[in-house]
Amino acid sequence: MSPVLAGVLQLLALVAALGLSYRPLGDHMARVYSSEKHLRPEKWIYKAIGANPSVEMRWPAYLRGVLAFSAVSVLFLYLLQRVQGSLPGSLGFVSIDPDQAFNTAASFVANTNWQSYYGEQAMGHVVQTGGLAVQNFVSAAVGMAVAVALVRGFARSRTGELGNFWADLVRGTIRILLPISVIGALVLVACGAIQNFSGIHEVGQFGGGTQQWNGGAVASQEVIKELGTNGGGYFNANSAHPFENPTGLSNLFEIYLILVIPFALTRTFGRMVGSIKQGYAILGTMAAIWLGFTALMMWTEFAHHGPAFDIAGGAMEGKETRFGIAGSSLFSVATTLTSTGAVNSFHSSYTGFGGGLTMLGMQLGEIAPGGVGSGLYGMLIMAVIAVFIAGLMVGRTPEYLGKKIGTREIKFAACYILVTPALVLCFTAASFVLDTPANSMTNSGAHGFSEILYAFTSGANNNGSAFAGLNADTQWFNSTIGIAMLLGRFLPMVFVLALAGSLAEQKPVPETAGTLRTEKPLFTGLLVGTIMIIAGLTYFPALALGPLAEGLAA
Amino acid sequence: MSTITPTRPPKTGEPTGRPAGTGRVGGGLFDPRQLLASFPDAIRKLAPRVMVKSPVMFVVLVGSVVTTVLAVRNPGDWFGWAITAWLWLTTVFANLAEAVAEGRGKAQADTLRKAKTDTVARRVTKTGEERVPGTELHVGDLVVCEAGDVIPGDGDVVEGVASVDESAITGESAPVIRESGGDRCAVTGGTKVLSDRIVVKITTKPGETFIDRMISLVEGAARQKTPNEIALNILLASLTIVFLLAVVTLKPFAIYAGADEQTSLIVLTALLVCLIPTTIGALLSAIGIAGMDRLVQRNVLAMSGRAVEAAGDVSTLLLDKTGTITLGNRQAAEFVPVRGTTAAELADAAQLSSLADETPEGRSIVVLAKEGYGLRERHQGELDGAEWIEFTAQTRMSGVDVGGRKIRKGAAGSVVAWVKERGGTVSEDARALTERISQAGGTPLLVALEDDRGARVLGVIHLKDVVKEGMRERFDELRRMGIRTVMITGDNPLTARAIAEEAGVDDFLAEATPEDKMALIKREQAGGKLVAMTGDGTNDAPALAQADVGVAMNTGTSAAKEAGNMVDLDSDPTKLIEIVEIGKQLLITRGALTTFSIANDVAKYFAIIPAMFAVAYPSLDKLNIMGLHSPESAILSAVVFNALIIIALVPLALKGVRYRPSGADAMLRRNLAVYGLGGLVAPFLGIKLIDMLLTLIPGIG
Repeated sequence: MSPVLAGVLQLLALVAALGLSYRPLGDHMARVYSSEKHLRPEKWIYKAIGANPSVEMRWPAYLRGVLAFSAVSVLFLYLLQRVQGSLPGSLGFVSIDPDQAFNTAASFVANTNWQSYYGEQAMGHVVQTGGLAVQNFVSAAVGMAVAVALVRGFARSRTGELGNFWADLVRGTIRILLPISVIGALVLVACGAIQNFSGIHEVGQFGGGTQQWNGGAVASQEVIKELGTNGGGYFNANSAHPFENPTGLSNLFEIYLILVIPFALTRTFGRMVGSIKQGYAILGTMAAIWLGFTALMMWTEFAHHGPAFDIAGGAMEGKETRFGIAGSSLFSVATTLTSTGAVNSFHSSYTGFGGGLTMLGMQLGEIAPGGVGSGLYGMLIMAVIAVFIAGLMVGRTPEYLGKKIGTREIKFAACYILVTPALVLCFTAASFVLDTPANSMTNSGAHGFSEILYAFTSGANNNGSAFAGLNADTQWFNSTIGIAMLLGRFLPMVFVLALAGSLAEQKPVPETAGTLRTEKPLFTGLLVGTIMIIAGLTYFPALALGPLAEGLAA
Repeated sequence: MSTITPTRPPKTGEPTGRPAGTGRVGGGLFDPRQLLASFPDAIRKLAPRVMVKSPVMFVVLVGSVVTTVLAVRNPGDWFGWAITAWLWLTTVFANLAEAVAEGRGKAQADTLRKAKTDTVARRVTKTGEERVPGTELHVGDLVVCEAGDVIPGDGDVVEGVASVDESAITGESAPVIRESGGDRCAVTGGTKVLSDRIVVKITTKPGETFIDRMISLVEGAARQKTPNEIALNILLASLTIVFLLAVVTLKPFAIYAGADEQTSLIVLTALLVCLIPTTIGALLSAIGIAGMDRLVQRNVLAMSGRAVEAAGDVSTLLLDKTGTITLGNRQAAEFVPVRGTTAAELADAAQLSSLADETPEGRSIVVLAKEGYGLRERHQGELDGAEWIEFTAQTRMSGVDVGGRKIRKGAAGSVVAWVKERGGTVSEDARALTERISQAGGTPLLVALEDDRGARVLGVIHLKDVVKEGMRERFDELRRMGIRTVMITGDNPLTARAIAEEAGVDDFLAEATPEDKMALIKREQAGGKLVAMTGDGTNDAPALAQADVGVAMNTGTSAAKEAGNMVDLDSDPTKLIEIVEIGKQLLITRGALTTFSIANDVAKYFAIIPAMFAVAYPSLDKLNIMGLHSPESAILSAVVFNALIIIALVPLALKGVRYRPSGADAMLRRNLAVYGLGGLVAPFLGIKLIDMLLTLIPGIG
């Protein structure tokens, strides 16, 4: 079988699997977030944290919940790393330095999972499983909660109440993420991923000498790493490591895990706003961008010519032979178009255009389909902007899902789209103005530029993947990327919840023949165009100096 | 004969103001000479205090100043001077657009000012009259106006009746009647009494009169940004910030890339101005002013821009039946004879008996007899010895006694009584016909004859409300636009239903009282709908105030005019439909130019990025897909295009984009194709063309 055909078949299998789970999972999530009942273990948790899960919250209260919970999480994770040296089960690793501990805490709480450390050389079982893996669950659940709050903003009228943050957080974790993770972990173990608490093994190498192999609860962390679009690997090699991602099948399954919740959330959205078709329109937009990026990525990676490429059947540098170009391209597109950031190949080694695609994927705001929760709310913000411009063109004050997009709404949406470009561009520019940051680059010229641009793009958009090449464990990068991750995660959430509150207070506008039909393919096309143009125009100059200059030179 | 006396002179003849099917909201006027005439105003608007109101254009202004300073410091650099000149032109063009839009209003304001010449008022005092300047009147003063006097201020007639020339305000030369009491008591300052004497009670302070408000409105002095305009400004401001970030951070990137020299401050400023949405930023306020102006040209005064915007969103239209949907009067539609009588006999009798009926209904019977039944027109003088019985409101009959024959025509009750009085019988037939016509929503009039065979009923005249031509099509159009029409009438539900069906409105409110109207509006609004209505009476005022778009008729009372947020000087209720279309057109123009403006940026990147970086990274020269001549010519072409496109689009901004009533989908598809795709492609062609022209200039080529 030719590698291209294999790639197409893998893609089809992936689409089929995602299609099969779309309805049941989407409907299940809608039920979870609409249900009145509390499960018994949930009640224990509410009692333990002293929260009343039945009280409705307006947006400031909801936001306070999000921020308070996240602040406590950052603090806890920071302290856990700082005292690692004195904890049992730490495999003898010492405590983490303050700047790296801050970076890692921010990273995992912000659902970014940028890692400036080597997992197998720095983090013991307690931090990995008791700290990082826990955040993999709850940071994802926070994202979903905020998305659901925005959906409720569209669905509800004349209230301003957005639900209860604690209930959404706990339910998302217990009823959605945990059950799928249990099944997923078993599948990964069946594929060959490891799951134990053993120590470090000295293993002999074929070429002489020895290497160290760590044990760990890898499969369980791997599954939530993908499912919660976190991306932080147990090992430094991330999903390229055979203990995390042993076979082509596990690779495809991990890609499926990355995409399954973000896509299915559009169904949840459709259900909750009372129009499945509106969910399909959003799904269509996400799927169109995802498929387009996948096709472009495969094309640029397969079609690259040169003697070395031709022998290897394409651009194989930095890719695992067990995944091939197709399995790597599928993975890299999925991981950068969601806020996952897990990698099974080195994005730095991709062709110029290929590397550019991974960056552009993140720069779109990670909305196709995006992170769990964050993808949906990011996409809905873009929909609000598209509706605003297009709505004017049909001669009415713009409205989306029966809610007017007025001054307040557009103000929040406009602030939202400002945050990440500001973080990415300013921090990248600052890195070039200052003397030392540039020392971290491995390459010079356009490729070196890409390394730093990629780092901040990844951090501010909460992706967490690395271009590889950049030495990010410096005070400058640990601090600035840490700040970029926190601001890139929580500032947008402020605007999303404020928007949700404003929408929920409105009375609905009835739909007429003069209303812009946002469930039609025309709108989907318009939304794709708006996303591409707004993100494209923002990053075009920067991309031109990195991947474009490189890609066009080839 | 009983018909409702219309409270305003009904507009007949002109069914809807424009033919259905082809009717579009036409553009305003645009004359290129206005550009020149408004130039001084445009220069005056360069004051930073004025410019800061538009964030996008303020950035351009700052950019112009920066490049000017740079050009002065390096006077030998032709490129710097060229960029500087075109950036200033960009700023001036934007101001020019606004100045032209305002200039059109100014001309109108001047005309109005002439009407507001200093008047001397004859104020009534306890002892008699005193002459005071019109500006010293107070609310509550009584003033006397006689033939030839200009009414000194807005007020209500409290005594007398007069014909008034309101052409100064409405442009309509036919005088109107103003009388005390009722719904025709309002007079406007600046209009002229032509006959008789009236006493007017002043209701508005000098300086705040209708004509004053009109002047400030058409001049744009009272213009405030509308909610949607503010929202759009926010979006444009945030895009400006994004591009500002993209350009500012580009400098360190360029230094790293080794393109420091190619990214001088002048070049970066040029890039910034090209990227920020200058096209829409420059034209935004002109679009708003022009929208108000299009209403003024249709003789509608909107008291706020908010109301114009709301008009575009209206989803329920309340339309009065009489004068809006139907012609003001009922008309004879058919002669229905009873058994034993021919239609010709009936027509003949109906015609004769109506010759002495000067009401519009009576005249319509004569017209029907002539046009529908081929009867020669006759006049009262033709018949010798005829005794004419004129129609009066008491007898409710008219007729003629001639040659031993007595013919009567009138309301069913009166004629039946007349026949019985004369010992005649009314056939069952006649009763059934009367019933049938009533059921169908018409008004039956009986025709009876007494001759040697005794008194008897000959037949029935079917009077009906005539729906104006083209209304059904207009309502269909409105339905396609997603607007529901509700007919308001004092008629009984039966009649109302029949007319509603004939006219094709979606719903009707029969036997409507002002309270019913109010309740209907509140009900619609509770469901999230925006309601528009017209009204003229004092009892309409609460509903006018409640409606999102309340159009008061100029003939109406001051209370109504005060309550509504628009005044129609022509007092044509049909205009509500046009107002809605103008509101939509305003929003569409904004959206279309925003889309165009943003789509333009793609081409500008392809011009400027290779110009800046092809030296550092030769591969980037492949982005120069337009094949522009040199980096300088490429950047200059983009800047020139960016400036010229503003001037090129001024006519569009002032006239508004073409608007055809249609569903949202069709409209979006068309506008996206024209302004989205057009905005993507046009600058590629434009920049290439300008670049080709530039290379012809010696020293550049």
